[in-house]
Amino acid sequence: MILDVLRQMPGCVRLYPQQKTSKTVQGEGQDMSNTVLSVRGAGKFFPGVKALEDVDFDLERGEIHALLGENGAGKSTLIKVITGVHPRDAGTVSLDGQEIHPQHPGDAQELGISTVYQEVNLVPTMSVAENLMLERQSLKFGLISWKKTEAHAKQALEILGLDIDVNRPLGSYSVAIQQLIAIARAVALDAKVLILDEPTASLDGDEIKTLFRIMGELRDKGLGIVFVTHFLDQVYTVTDRITVLRNGRLVGTFVTKELAQIDLINHMLGRELAEVSAHRHQDEGSYDGPERQIQIKNLGKKRVLEPVSLDLKAGEIVGLAGLLGSGRTELSELVFGTQKADSGLVFLDGEPVMLRSPRHAIRAGFGLCPEDRKQDGIVAELSVRENIVLALQGRRGWLRPIPRAEQQQFADDMIKALGIATPDSEKPVGQLSGGNQQKVILARWLVSKPILLILDEPTRGIDVGAHADIIKLIKELCDEGLALLVASSELEEIVAFADRVAVMRDREKVSELVGAEITQDSIIEAIAR
Amino acid sequence: MKINERFYPILATLAVLVLLYGYGIFEHRAFSDTYVLGALLTDNAFLIITAVGMTFVILSGGIDLSVGSMIAFIGVLMAELVTGFGMHPVTAAVISIIVGSAFGAFMGVIIAKFDIQPFIITLAGMFFLRGMCFLINLDSVPIDHPFVSAFGGFKVQLPGRGWLTASALLMLATVIGGVVIAHFTRFGRNVYAIGGDRHSAELLGVPVHSTIIRVYTLSGFFSALSGVVFAFYTASAYPLAAVGVELDAIAAVVIGGTLLTGGMGFVMGTFFGGIIMGVIQTLIAFDGSLNSWWTKIMIGALLFGFIVLQRLITRSFSGMRAGAS
Repeated sequence: MILDVLRQMPGCVRLYPQQKTSKTVQGEGQDMSNTVLSVRGAGKFFPGVKALEDVDFDLERGEIHALLGENGAGKSTLIKVITGVHPRDAGTVSLDGQEIHPQHPGDAQELGISTVYQEVNLVPTMSVAENLMLERQSLKFGLISWKKTEAHAKQALEILGLDIDVNRPLGSYSVAIQQLIAIARAVALDAKVLILDEPTASLDGDEIKTLFRIMGELRDKGLGIVFVTHFLDQVYTVTDRITVLRNGRLVGTFVTKELAQIDLINHMLGRELAEVSAHRHQDEGSYDGPERQIQIKNLGKKRVLEPVSLDLKAGEIVGLAGLLGSGRTELSELVFGTQKADSGLVFLDGEPVMLRSPRHAIRAGFGLCPEDRKQDGIVAELSVRENIVLALQGRRGWLRPIPRAEQQQFADDMIKALGIATPDSEKPVGQLSGGNQQKVILARWLVSKPILLILDEPTRGIDVGAHADIIKLIKELCDEGLALLVASSELEEIVAFADRVAVMRDREKVSELVGAEITQDSIIEAIAR
Repeated sequence: MKINERFYPILATLAVLVLLYGYGIFEHRAFSDTYVLGALLTDNAFLIITAVGMTFVILSGGIDLSVGSMIAFIGVLMAELVTGFGMHPVTAAVISIIVGSAFGAFMGVIIAKFDIQPFIITLAGMFFLRGMCFLINLDSVPIDHPFVSAFGGFKVQLPGRGWLTASALLMLATVIGGVVIAHFTRFGRNVYAIGGDRHSAELLGVPVHSTIIRVYTLSGFFSALSGVVFAFYTASAYPLAAVGVELDAIAAVVIGGTLLTGGMGFVMGTFFGGIIMGVIQTLIAFDGSLNSWWTKIMIGALLFGFIVLQRLITRSFSGMRAGAS
C-alpha cells in the first residue's frame, strides 16, 4: 500500500526504478576537512539489548543528512550518544576532528551540537523569551538584562518569521508554535550541528514549508543538519544524503539523489513491502456479524467543536481528515468522554450512551488510542502485561481481578498476534519503541473487545515497517466487526483504508465522502473549499 | 493590554492584602498608623526571611521541612558561641550562617545525586537539627552581649509613630536580594525551569544537579540567617523555638502565589504572603474578642482558596497544551 501511495504522489517523490546502485559513500576519498561530525564504531548496550553496535556516521558542513530506520533501529540512541544523554559504551565521536565526551545535552550544546526533539522539550510555565534564552540571557554587570534578552529572543523568532508575544507563557501557544520556538532556540545557539528529531510530526503544511526553507538557509550558511523523520517524501525534498540504520547497526550511507525510494525502503525494512499494499475497498463486506450502529448526533462543545453528526456501523472504518486544529482530536475526545460535550448525544443501537467520562465510554464499549502516546496512552512504568489488561480490568471493576494466568495469556496472545517486539511481557512499556508502544495500546483495547475503537493519529511518529503493521491491523480489526473512527493527518493513509471520510475544517464537519469519492484530491478540495 | 497570565496569582495575593489592610483601617483607626506597619515588618521578619529561601525550594519543585529546626539550632549554636566561647555575636553569626548553608548543601547533594524525594531528606534534616539543639543545650538561655542589645534597640523612624527595626531592615534587604537572585540571575531562571519541567530543563542545558544543590544551600543560608535574626530579636535561644515555622513559611509562599508544583511564582509574592499572615494575626489581636487560634482558621481558609486558584490556572495552561494538537 505504501508503495502504491508513494507512486500516487506526483512531485513529492522521485522513484528511480531502474537504478539499483546504492553506492555507499563513506570515509575514504572524502575531503575529511569538510566533515564536522564524525562517529566511529559507536556502541550502546542496555541490559539485554544492543541498542547500537559499531555504527559509523559522518556529517559534513552544509548538508542535510537524513537519519532513517524503523522503530528501534537505533536512531534515537545514536542521537542520544552524540548529545551526551547516554554515555557511549564503545567507539568515538569527534567534532571538527576533536574527540568529544559530552556528559549531558548542555555540554553538547556548548560544543555546538543542538537538538530539537520530537516532543517539545521546553518549559511551559516560562515565557517564550525565557525558553529561547535560557542559560544564554544577556548579562549586564552579572545580572540579566531583560530588555536585551527579549530583543534577542525576538530576533531569534524573526528568522523563522514568527511574530508572537515573547512575554506570554510558552504553554499558552499551540504545539506547532512551541515546536517552531524549539527550532528557533536551536538555530540561535550558533550551532555547528543541528539535530532535528521528527520535527515535522506536529506541524501542518505551511509550517513544514517554513521549516524546510529555514533548513535550506542554514545549510547554505554551512551548518550540518541531521534530520530524523519517517516521512520519506520529506527526505527526498530536503536532504542531501541518507544514513540508514537497522536493528542498531549501520546499513549504509547514500547520496539521496542516487538512491531510489524503493531501494531506500528495502534498506530500512530489509524485506519486501508488497504484502501490505492491498487496498481496502476491494475486500469490503468481509464482516457479516450483528449490525451494531453508532450514531453521533449534534455532538459539540462551545469553543471546542461545532455540533457534528456522524454514523458508524460495525465493520466500517470512518476516517477523520483535516488540518491541525480542525477539530479531529476534539471530536475523538468528545466521543470518548475525555471532554464533556455540552450538546448532542451518542446512540449505540438506538440507545443513548452516557458519556460523562472515559469510564462511562469504556463501559459502553468504546476505546481510544490517543494522539499523545507518551502522555495519555501508556503507563510507562507498568509492564507490557499490566498495560494490556488495564482497560479490561477497568471495565470489570477492581472487585473482580483478572487472574494472573489469564493476564499472562492475554499478554502472550497479543504480543504474538500484533508482533510486539519485547523480550518478555514483564518489560516496562516505557522502554519499548514508539511503534511497539502503540501496539500495546491497541492490544489493551483489543482484549477488552470494544464495539467502537477511536484511533487518533495511530501512525504518528512510527516508522515505515510498524506503520504498515498498524495499518494492516486496523483493517483486520474492522473485518472482525469493530467500528473504527480514525483521525489522521496523513491523507494517503485515510484514502487507503477508509470506507467513509468525514472532513473537518475550523472545528466543524464540512463534508462527508463515501466509497469511490474518497481520493486525496477530493479531501483536499473539501478542506480548501 | 492583556494581563499576562503569569501575574494572576500574585495579583490575587495583592488584592487579598489590600482588602485585609483596608478592612483593618476601616475597622480600627489605629491600623493606619505606621506603628502597625513597623510592627508587622519586625514581627514577621524571621518568617519572611525563611520563606524567601523556601520560595526557591518550592519554585524548583521541592520542599524544605528543616527550616524551623534550623532556626532553633542556629539560635542555640549562637548562644553557645557567644556565651560559652565568648565570641563576638557577628563572628558567631557568620559561623552559624556558614554551618547552616553547609547543612543545606549537604541535604541538596543527597537530593540531587541520589535523586531522592526532598520531603524525606529534609524531614530527616528537621529531626536531626532539632535533636542537635538538645545536644548543645536543654534549656532556654539568654544571649547577653552589648551588640545584641544594640541590635534590639536600633530604630529608623518612619513618618508617624512607627519605626523600622534592624530585623525589619535585614528582612527587607533579604527580600530585595531574593528578587534579584530569582529574576535577574541565570541561577534563578534555572530554578524556574527545573520546577516548570525538569526533563526539558535538562535537555535545554540547565545544570540540574548543581542548581538543586544550590537551591538547598540557599534555603539553608536563609533559614540560618533567619535563626540569627530570631536570636538577636529575642536575645535568647531555646531548643523548642520555631516549631512548625517550616509550615508557616510554606503557607506564606503559597499564599504569595507560588505554584506548589514549582515553576511559577515571585519572591515579592512571598513577602506579601508573609505580611498577609501578619495582618490576619494583627487584626485578630485588635479585635480582642477572638481567640488567637482564629489566625490559623483564617490562614487555612486562605490556603484552600489559593490552592484552588492555582489549580485553575495550571489547568488552563495544560488544557491549551493538549487541545492545541
